[in-house]
Amino acid sequence: MYSYIARRLAVAVPTILVLIIISFILMHSAPGGPFNSERPLPPQVLANIEAKYGLDQPLWKQIVTYVWNVVVHFDFGPSFQYKDRTVNDVIAQGFPVTLTYGFWSFIIAVGVGVSLGIAAALRHNSWLDYLAVGFTIGAQALPNFVMGPILILVFTLWLGLLPGGGWNGGQWNYVIMPVIALSTSYMASIARITRSSMLEVMNSGFIRTARAKGLPMNRIVLRHALKPALLPTLSYLGPAFVGMVTGSVVVDIYFSTGGIGQYFVNSAFNRDYSVIMGITILVGVLTIFFNLVVDILYAWIDPKIRY
Amino acid sequence: MFPNKQTADNLLEAAQVAEVRGRSLWRDAADRFLKNKAAVGALITLILIGIFALFGDLIAVWNNEEIDWGIMGQIAQKGAPSIANGHYFGADELGRDLYSRTVQGTRISIMVGVVGSVIAVVVGTLYGAVAGYFGGRIDNIMMRIVDILMAIPFMFVLILMLVIFGRSIFMLFVGIGLISWLDMARIARGQTLNIKNKEFVEAAVATGVRPFTIILRHIVPNLLGIVVVYATLLIPGLILTESFISFLGLGVQEPNTSLGALISAGAGQMQYGVIWQLYFPLFFFLVTLFAFFFVGDGLRDALDPKDR
Amino acid sequence: MKFKTTLMATTAAVMVMGAGFAYADAHATHPETGEVLASDQTFTYRVLDESPSIDPGLIEDVSGSEVGRDLFEGLMNQDEEGNLVPGVATGYEISDDGMTFTFTLRDNAKWSNGDPVTANDFVYAWRRAADPELASPYSWFLSLMSIEGVDDVLAGDAPLDTLGVSAPDDHTFVVQLTTPLPYFPQMTTHATTFPVHQATVEAHGSEWTRPENIVSNGAYVLTEHVPQERMVRERNEMYWDNDNTIIDKVVSLVINDENVALTRYLAGELDRTEVPTGQYPRLSEEYPDEALSFPRLCSYYYNVNVREDGPAWAQDQRVRQALSLAVNRDVIVENVLAGGQFPAYTFTPETTAGFNVPDVPIASMSQDERNAMAVELMAEAGYGPDNPITTEILYNTSEGHRQIAIAISQMWKQTLGMEVTIANMEWQTFLEARGNGDFDISRAGWCGDYNEASTFLDLLDSGSGYNDAGYASAEVDEILAAAKTAGSDAERAEIYTRVEQIAAEEVPIIPIYHYTGVYMLDDDVANWPVNNVEQNWYSKNLYKVAN
Repeated sequence: MYSYIARRLAVAVPTILVLIIISFILMHSAPGGPFNSERPLPPQVLANIEAKYGLDQPLWKQIVTYVWNVVVHFDFGPSFQYKDRTVNDVIAQGFPVTLTYGFWSFIIAVGVGVSLGIAAALRHNSWLDYLAVGFTIGAQALPNFVMGPILILVFTLWLGLLPGGGWNGGQWNYVIMPVIALSTSYMASIARITRSSMLEVMNSGFIRTARAKGLPMNRIVLRHALKPALLPTLSYLGPAFVGMVTGSVVVDIYFSTGGIGQYFVNSAFNRDYSVIMGITILVGVLTIFFNLVVDILYAWIDPKIRY
Repeated sequence: MFPNKQTADNLLEAAQVAEVRGRSLWRDAADRFLKNKAAVGALITLILIGIFALFGDLIAVWNNEEIDWGIMGQIAQKGAPSIANGHYFGADELGRDLYSRTVQGTRISIMVGVVGSVIAVVVGTLYGAVAGYFGGRIDNIMMRIVDILMAIPFMFVLILMLVIFGRSIFMLFVGIGLISWLDMARIARGQTLNIKNKEFVEAAVATGVRPFTIILRHIVPNLLGIVVVYATLLIPGLILTESFISFLGLGVQEPNTSLGALISAGAGQMQYGVIWQLYFPLFFFLVTLFAFFFVGDGLRDALDPKDR
Repeated sequence: MKFKTTLMATTAAVMVMGAGFAYADAHATHPETGEVLASDQTFTYRVLDESPSIDPGLIEDVSGSEVGRDLFEGLMNQDEEGNLVPGVATGYEISDDGMTFTFTLRDNAKWSNGDPVTANDFVYAWRRAADPELASPYSWFLSLMSIEGVDDVLAGDAPLDTLGVSAPDDHTFVVQLTTPLPYFPQMTTHATTFPVHQATVEAHGSEWTRPENIVSNGAYVLTEHVPQERMVRERNEMYWDNDNTIIDKVVSLVINDENVALTRYLAGELDRTEVPTGQYPRLSEEYPDEALSFPRLCSYYYNVNVREDGPAWAQDQRVRQALSLAVNRDVIVENVLAGGQFPAYTFTPETTAGFNVPDVPIASMSQDERNAMAVELMAEAGYGPDNPITTEILYNTSEGHRQIAIAISQMWKQTLGMEVTIANMEWQTFLEARGNGDFDISRAGWCGDYNEASTFLDLLDSGSGYNDAGYASAEVDEILAAAKTAGSDAERAEIYTRVEQIAAEEVPIIPIYHYTGVYMLDDDVANWPVNNVEQNWYSKNLYKVAN
């Protein structure tokens, strides 16, 4: 297992490198640029500023310089859009925000989703099953951009209980609504997949044996059925966690949290190359890392899985 | 007790009839599906929605782009649903008929949902199953490709597609198809890792069945339960992704619209007394989703060989 | 006994004094109007997006300029009507040839760290703004100011000290222009011309605008900045006019979605926000004291691609006139936007100083007459429902632009029988396409950089970098050049009127409406400069009344 982990980590490096190269090329191929605006700069000034940021170099040279800076100096470059800040500043400020509400959304989505899924599976085709399914579908079908304004309308304007947005350093009353809005989108999927997989497991041979032996149901569920049932859920959780943690743009937009999801979309629209690359690398690293964690958990769940 | 000729004739007839009507596993699954009332109900609902989407504009008074100048600017007062002025579902914020727009939007959204999930199912399942089954270096490379594709800023791909290929509905489907299969591939691979260690696969290997045949005949059918459920879960996400793609200028262009765009517009107008603009598209969105989910569940129950 | 009396007397005295203070504190009154002021003088407002920078040399957006005007002070300010009033400069003198401006600075202006504001601060700031190293997004504005040597300095061909600015002594600032610009003093209200504190900039580099580093000379200092969330500025005690500043604290909150902003305004979290499109009639009924609409110095128009390689029908003047005639501006202004905007038949807004709106024929017709004439012109040119023109309106993704494009495309379809599609693009792609002439019709908006008609009409010059329609008229070029050297305001006004008349005939652009500022403003916020069409507002002029 350790050699597997070592191999995976070793492969991570060229993977990120390929990601950087592809993203760089894509980014520079799109029309426009960071200094392209409705009131264009005089040509010489434009030439000067491009030279200053190295944008006039051939693409391969820019990539090499960029990778060198990142690896050796851990310097992701200056932001082209926000002139007083570097990419490191942007990510250092935005990522903890997204991580905080992403983490709590994850806990709630998994906690509620898995419990609902198991309960529904155990009471297959009962009213609890339909209720759980109905609730999850409803929660998922109500898109973020509908739920966001509704939450603000209800809790800020009508009830006056929660502030309508902002982050205020992560005080709990600023975190609640983003967490609700984000967790409900994933809760449904987690519940559905868990339920479906639980149903399959509960009908399998070894569970039938356990029941025939007269084991109590909660022992069967917890000790025998849960682990294999969680396998598909786990597959889903890897990308789901990355998705939650690298930002829901919609949550950032409606709740003005200052998370990196919004930075990513904004910098793409503003062609702020360095911020785009910085966040892409962050997403890439997280994706690779969490997929690795999930793969290791597979091996823990199913002893026959070996790499 | 002793068979007389009549009984023997009857038996022969019965045997022949029984022979002709063969039984396959797929047939069993279809039977189980049809017995599941919720799933059948959902299927009927889907068919009804399909009819609505395809033929709904036959009974529409207004088309989906014409502005009703008479009510424009006073939507909150005059734009409510009414049979009288032909706006069955009311009018949108510009005075266009919401009914025909919902019909047309449902059409596009269902197509997007179906095409996207079909691509996800076909491409994602095969990709994931192959990666999971072969394991080792093949698995590693294939999955790292998935990792990279997940992390690439998708927006630029779309912008480039718009610039190079121009805008069209086809490009929208390509755009959707490019990302819809990634999560499915991971799920399929995870399940495959579990399935490939089962005894029947071992038996198949032992009897010399070729790998691709094993994948297609043994592994994929056992994945179908989870795959079908996840495919139905993908559909709302795809419908909503489409509205983001249109935001970039690549997807559905005015005057065509989609459920995602209608819901988004309606949500923005939510507190301004024109709640029908949100209600109708959201209603169709929810009903379609419920229907897909129950069909998906029904399929899962039907295809699971162990659930009797 | 004596002690007790003394004690009672003292207590009574203290209580009276205390009450007096409390009364005075809670019920301060405005020195001029006598209104009772609120005890909490904090003004909170919404901004759409985080500003790229609040460094005066780098400010490029409206929100950044608002912050800039509070944190820094330039040579001149504007009053509530938009007239020039002294800022750091108490006044100025113009040389006889109109090309040298000598500003006299007041001697009591200070930076927030106590240093005096001197003319050298302005020299340093202007040179810095023109420095190609800084690459200010407003470099073009400095060029527009026609400072001597600016183009060479911007190009990097000449050293910074060749820029035509100098400080003969600490309180005199001299600017040398290359052409007599009558509106030059107005340009000194712009953020790019504000001074910066040299020692701070040199010590902290690009981080000098952080709250812990920044030194500013305006009525406020920056105390908090959380990117994408909020910015807080508080009273600068060192400001020379601090005694007259009433608002203590200004908070700007970044809220992307205008509907959420309205919800939060109604919940009391904001004092000011923009009214979402189309909601003004309803909101002005429900909140008559809070919904405001006032003219702004901006125009919304469509470019027609009249380049050689543009569409063939665009070369025919009759077709272009028909397109403009068939646009029902009243419907757009009243039904789509509904914010009190003004239908535009000329490019320059009526409220521009020194501008007389010409009587263009199209303005006084009824819409039915316009439609009839449009159909006639199209038929003359050989087009109509049986030979329809096919075209596409290009716009950048935004709800407002989309609605207007839909409305206009429907108008053209129904009246002229054209086949019109509309296409949206995200901003950068849109800029490229529009700048390269890759369109038939494209949407555009322009706000004046200073309150004079040339800020709009210069776009019609064939050499202008913002002439996206590709319009080239020798006559227009000629008279625009003449306007620059014209002797009097009256002469210039005549020239501008003439340009508008030509534009109304040749229709390279289709003016649609003139902007209004449509806001929700809490009724306890007083003295908002509704008459300032450039909307240069200063927090130090605002105050909150007690309710």
